Amino acid sequence: MESIEFIIGSYLLTFGAIAVVAGRMLRRARSLSHRVPDEEKYWL
Amino acid sequence: MTTPTTSRSTGTRATRVIGIAAIVMSAWLSLFGLVLSPADVAQGDAVRIMYVHVPSVWLAYLAFIVTAICSVWVLVARGRVPGVDRVAGASAEIGVVFMAVTLVSGMLWGRITWGVYWQWDARLTTTALLFITYIGYLAVRGLEGSPEQRARRSAVVGVVAVAEIPLVHWSVRLWRSLHQEATVLDTDLDVDIDGLMLFTLFVGVIAFTLWFVWFVLHRARVMALAALVEERSLDEALAERAAEVPAGGQN
Amino acid sequence: MSTPPGVVATARMIAARDLRIEWRARVVTNQVIPFAAVNMVLFAFAVDDTGALGRLAPGLVWLTVMFSLLLCAQRAFAIESADGALEALRVAGVDPVGIFLGKATALAVQLFALAAVMVLAALILYDLDPPAGGVVVLVTSAICATCALAATGTIYAGLAAGVSGRETLLPLLVVPVVSPVLIGATRAVEAALGTGGTAVADGWPWVGLLAVVAVASAVVGALTFGSAIRD
Repeated sequence: MESIEFIIGSYLLTFGAIAVVAGRMLRRARSLSHRVPDEEKYWL
Repeated sequence: MTTPTTSRSTGTRATRVIGIAAIVMSAWLSLFGLVLSPADVAQGDAVRIMYVHVPSVWLAYLAFIVTAICSVWVLVARGRVPGVDRVAGASAEIGVVFMAVTLVSGMLWGRITWGVYWQWDARLTTTALLFITYIGYLAVRGLEGSPEQRARRSAVVGVVAVAEIPLVHWSVRLWRSLHQEATVLDTDLDVDIDGLMLFTLFVGVIAFTLWFVWFVLHRARVMALAALVEERSLDEALAERAAEVPAGGQN
Repeated sequence: MSTPPGVVATARMIAARDLRIEWRARVVTNQVIPFAAVNMVLFAFAVDDTGALGRLAPGLVWLTVMFSLLLCAQRAFAIESADGALEALRVAGVDPVGIFLGKATALAVQLFALAAVMVLAALILYDLDPPAGGVVVLVTSAICATCALAATGTIYAGLAAGVSGRETLLPLLVVPVVSPVLIGATRAVEAALGTGGTAVADGWPWVGLLAVVAVASAVVGALTFGSAIRD
C-alpha cells in the first residue's frame, strides 16, 4: 500500500480524537455527577 | 474508549447502547476501509482516507445544522429554553472537533493525491473559515452574563454563522473560477465508486452519526450538571454570606 | 411619554446622532485614518516591489478597511455603554431594528469615507494608472462592501458591547464572516483599477456578490440584533 503512513495516520487521528474527547468528557461527567443529587438529573 | 458503566455518570441504557453500536461500527469501518475494500482506479489507496474523511465532514456539518436549528429556536423563545441551548452548544463543540479532524485528514489525502497539503478550492476554504467561525461561537458561549443572555448571544452567532456558509462557498467558487489553475488541478476527481466502496462509506456515515448522537446526549448532560453545580455553589456562598451578616443588621 | 418613533425615524435619528458625535470627536479622521494610512505605508515595506504593490493594492486597501472596521465598530458601541444610552433606548421601547439600521448606517458612512481615502492613498503611493471607466464599478462596489461590513460589524459589536474580553473576541467573530466581502471587494476594485489585467466589466459579478452579502447581513442583523443586545 502506497503512502501507508498517511492512511493509517488519518485513521489514528480520527479515532484518537474521538477517544480523547470522549474520555475527557466522561471524566468530567463523573466528577460533576458526585456533586449533584440524582433527583436533579433529568435523564435518570 | 469506554462507555460509562455506573449510573453515577451521565450515561443511561440508551447512551450505552448507542456508544457500543458506535464502537462496533467504527471497528467495522476500519476493517472495510483499510482491508476489505479495493483501491480506487484513479486515487489508489488514498481513497481509504475518504472513508474517515467524508463521515467526519458529514458529522461536522450535521452538528452545525443542529446548532443553527437550536439557535433559531432559542431566539424565538427569547433564550428561555435551557435544554435547547445546551444541545446547540454541545453540537457545536462536537462539530468543531470533527471539523479539525476533517481538515487534517483532508490535508493528508491532498498530499497523496494532489501532491500538496492545501488547495484554494471552495470546499476546503469554506470549511476552514467555518472552523474559525465556530471557534468564535464557542468563545461567545464562554462569555459572562445570565444564562438567558448567554443563550441569546450564542444563538445570534449560530444563526449568522449558518447564513455565512452559502455566501462564503459562493464567493470562493466565483474567485477560483476566474483563475486558470483551478482547471489544471481538478479538485473533484470523480471517483468511480463500486459497491463495496459505497457500502464502506455508508458504514462510516452511520458510525459517525451514532457518535454524534452519543456525544451530544452526554455533553448536554455534562453542561446541565455544570450549571447545577454552579447554581449550588452560588446558593452555598449566599447562605454563608447570610450567616455572616448578623440578624437584624442594616445591610 | 408618547409612542416610540417608527423604524425609519429611529434609524435616521440614531445615524444622525452617531455621525454628529463622530464629527465632534473626530476619532475616525484623527486616529483611524492615520492608522490605516500608516498600514498602507508598511505594506510597501513588506512587499518592496512597486509592480507587485500595484497588483496587490485592491487587497491591501480592503484589508486595511477591514482592520479599521474592527476599531470603528468597537467605538460605535463604546460611546453607547459609556453613558448607558443604549440601555435607555431599549428601556424606552425603541425598536431594536431601528437601532441596528441607524448604527449600521453611521458605521457604513464612516467606512465609506475611509475606503475612499485608502483608494486615493493607494493611487498615489503605489503609482496606479486606473482606466477612466472604472469609477462606477469602484463606487458601487465600495458602497455595497461598506454596507456589508458595517452590518456585520454592528451585529457583533452590539453583541460584545460591555462584555469583558470584547477587544479580542470581536476580530475572531467578524473576520471569518466578512471574508466574502473581502474577496468580492478586492476583485471588484481590481477590475475597476485594471491592476489584475482584467477588464472593468469583469467587476460587475463581484458587485452583485457584494450586494447580496450586504442585503443578507442587513436582514440577519435586523432579525437578530434585538436578541444580541438584550440583557
